[in-house]
Amino acid sequence: MKIRNNIAVSDNGFVFNPASGESFTVNQVGLDILNMLRKGEKQEAIVQELSKKYQADTVMIERDLLDFEAMVKQYHLHQNED
Amino acid sequence: MTTKARYERPLIKKLESNMPNKFGMRTEFEPFTHIDGVSVASLMADYGSPVFVLSEQKIRNKFKAARQAFETRYPKVQFAWSYKTNYLSAVCNVFHQEGSWAEVVSGFEYDKAIRHGVDGSNIIFNGPDKTQEDLRKAITNNSLIHIDHLDELYMIQEIARETRQKPKVAIRVNMDTGIYPMWDRFGFNFENGQAWDALNKIMFSGLLDLVGLHTHIGTFMLSPNAYAIAASKLANLAQRIQQKYGHEVKYIDMGGGFSSLNTLKGAYLPGTDTNPSIDDFAEAITSALINSDYHPKSPPLLILETGRALIDEAGYLLGSVIANKRLSDGRRATILDVGVNLLFTSFWYDHKITPAQEFTSYTEDTVIYGPLCMNIDMVRENISLPLLNKGDKIVIHHVGAYNMTQWMQFITLRPNVVMIDMDGKPHLIRKNESIDSIENLEEIPPHLSHFEL
Repeated sequence: MKIRNNIAVSDNGFVFNPASGESFTVNQVGLDILNMLRKGEKQEAIVQELSKKYQADTVMIERDLLDFEAMVKQYHLHQNED
Repeated sequence: MTTKARYERPLIKKLESNMPNKFGMRTEFEPFTHIDGVSVASLMADYGSPVFVLSEQKIRNKFKAARQAFETRYPKVQFAWSYKTNYLSAVCNVFHQEGSWAEVVSGFEYDKAIRHGVDGSNIIFNGPDKTQEDLRKAITNNSLIHIDHLDELYMIQEIARETRQKPKVAIRVNMDTGIYPMWDRFGFNFENGQAWDALNKIMFSGLLDLVGLHTHIGTFMLSPNAYAIAASKLANLAQRIQQKYGHEVKYIDMGGGFSSLNTLKGAYLPGTDTNPSIDDFAEAITSALINSDYHPKSPPLLILETGRALIDEAGYLLGSVIANKRLSDGRRATILDVGVNLLFTSFWYDHKITPAQEFTSYTEDTVIYGPLCMNIDMVRENISLPLLNKGDKIVIHHVGAYNMTQWMQFITLRPNVVMIDMDGKPHLIRKNESIDSIENLEEIPPHLSHFEL
């Protein structure tokens, strides 16, 4: 999954979608994920990266990542893949 | 070695500036980690999850405050512990140690009070279901029988004739106190003359000793003034008895129904901010009695059967998160190991739920489900909660009333109940059920004992 290029993400977790005018807030783990998604990181790499940084097992992180990606889709912040 | 940061599941939340939604604002700011100095984590490690925890200190403090509220306003006050609110023996005995009589509503509860060592004359026997055997026992023990209907009155008169004893009785009176719904299913109505007729029947028979008048106007009452109206009406009845028969009604029993600090479903503001205090109820009731026509030298004994208001805040239900999931519309759903089987009061209240471990300022609009495979098992329909992970511990507050009596053995078994004593030491006061405790009550007919699949 990739985040649309026009989505603005601030360093303290404020997210703005200029196309819809909607804004969002993300927590630190959510911010880490958004930033990695913006860079085009794949799911496995994101899970590995988060498991290095946080006290959580990869199963929990993967499950939460899938849930987070589903919400990103629901809010139309993702880029449709061709 | 580098220390890893504490993990919190990722959250993305839309910022909305429109109308407030039904999930409301964040209400939890601090984790709830200890009860009377005992850590929630250690209680769950020792007694499992879920587990009910009662604070003896809170029960006693609440009782003392209630007694003070009434005794500083009125000269003769007696509390009677409402068994149906919580009849665990340890709980009843705390109230009896504080001086409470027992208020029971069935033969089972009556026997329990006797087993606890309560003298029969200190037991008030209420309720519509008293068998002939129950009544004989209560009459022999000199208990105070509060008559609910005419069939019961006739049965008591029959026993009195037969045994040549003079039972001590009161009648329960229902009435319009300006509140809705008006409870008229228990006792005799004041306005239509039923109560006066029943009193005349008692006085004319000469078989019974009319010692009191009783009412119980509702449950989780938010209007102290309704009690003032009720107290005035009972005092009025007592005065009519005095005038007509020269007979003194010794006590007025105002029942219970005082609200606790819980928040009723549909309430706009939390119960902690809006519900009347015990002093509000005390002021309303005692003022009405003092202003009645009772002679100041012989005021009636004021009996109170309040249950919920004395124990709700002393009870906690500790549980764990089983899972998190998403509903079809994107709402967060969290499943706990605590459901409506244990938390019967979640049908009436929006219970306060607090995580028992550290959390950040982020919250999520959440639906809280219990563990039962039944659609009705919803603990909170809308709550704004900090982010919980599988295995996290939570504390549900104000659960001391009714849950440990109305709980259901349904799908799962009932858990341990622990009481923390005045020195901060936990005691197991009801052991958790096992499959044996359920199956030992069953019998399988011989022809159903075998099968092949």
